[in-house]
Amino acid sequence: MTQLSDMEVILAILGMAAVTYSLRLGGLLMGSYLPQTGKWAVALEKLPSTVLIALIAPAVVTGGPLHWTAAIITMLTALKTGNLLISMSVGVILVGVGRAIM
Amino acid sequence: MSIFNAFTNKGDFPVAQIRQGFQICLPVAISAASYGMVLGVLASAKGLSVGVMTTMSLLVFAGSSQFVAVDMWLDPLPVGAIIVATLVMNFRYLLICASLGKIFEGRPLLHKILAVHLVTDENWAVTMTRKDRGNPAFLIGGGVCLMIFWQSGVTLGQVIGNVLPPPEVLGLDFAFSAAFIAIVASMWKGKADILPWAVAALFAIVAERYLPGKWYVIVGALSGSITAVILSSLPFQKGARHDTAE
Repeated sequence: MTQLSDMEVILAILGMAAVTYSLRLGGLLMGSYLPQTGKWAVALEKLPSTVLIALIAPAVVTGGPLHWTAAIITMLTALKTGNLLISMSVGVILVGVGRAIM
Repeated sequence: MSIFNAFTNKGDFPVAQIRQGFQICLPVAISAASYGMVLGVLASAKGLSVGVMTTMSLLVFAGSSQFVAVDMWLDPLPVGAIIVATLVMNFRYLLICASLGKIFEGRPLLHKILAVHLVTDENWAVTMTRKDRGNPAFLIGGGVCLMIFWQSGVTLGQVIGNVLPPPEVLGLDFAFSAAFIAIVASMWKGKADILPWAVAALFAIVAERYLPGKWYVIVGALSGSITAVILSSLPFQKGARHDTAE
């Protein structure tokens, strides 16, 4: 169990907090100096989705046919329902059931 | 008491408007709580304590970057990679908060320093759609509402997660992939996303083989994002509007 008494854990959380707060305050204070459109805006806007894709792609690719199928069905459910909990449950249940049968 | 005074003196942050922001953000806060519950279940599967997650939720207060951090949570803890991933993930807050300049116009620095931590995607979006363009008090009310619901959702998820059987039994080892796929699907803007997303996936897969630890996340994310920039600056690309910034 990861506890808060761990020095590395404190360091990680304080580091996460520091960069996030700096971005928030930096944005507000720099305000009009930052480009709201253009290349930088395009790059920053795309980052959250590309981080998530980069994070999961290796795991899904090496996960085998069961994970591939579950990934596609999760994606379709999410596009259809727009609901995180439902689409996630569908994917997880598929993998759980698939593993039990195979 | 000086911090308290800064918020109450001279009617700078009228209680009525704080309450209004709180109430109007309630529906999105409820959905944030369910999102937080998912994170809580995943966090408990990773063995993170309620104390660790509560501290993270209150101090970082940026949902998707917390998902990323919890997914990257391993022993030994990749502290550097987690912090850089948080930076990359939350870069958008530069622009989100930059767009709030008008709302905070004429306010002292202290007001900005105190209020800006409560800015999230959700209460920012709600504030920006207001006819009167919102005000700091409204934004703060929404932020407090979101923080309460987000934090409670995460803790509730951890309590539920702690009584569930081991992750593999329920297919919970696929839960992160499933959660991220669903979040990515909600970010889909159109066909222009296909190539940047494919490049991000490809670079991540290759980098994962050759780079230590979790650095493939950074490599994949940056290459996908750079691809989007290159695409948008191609002359035939419709809606490529970067003339104003150059």
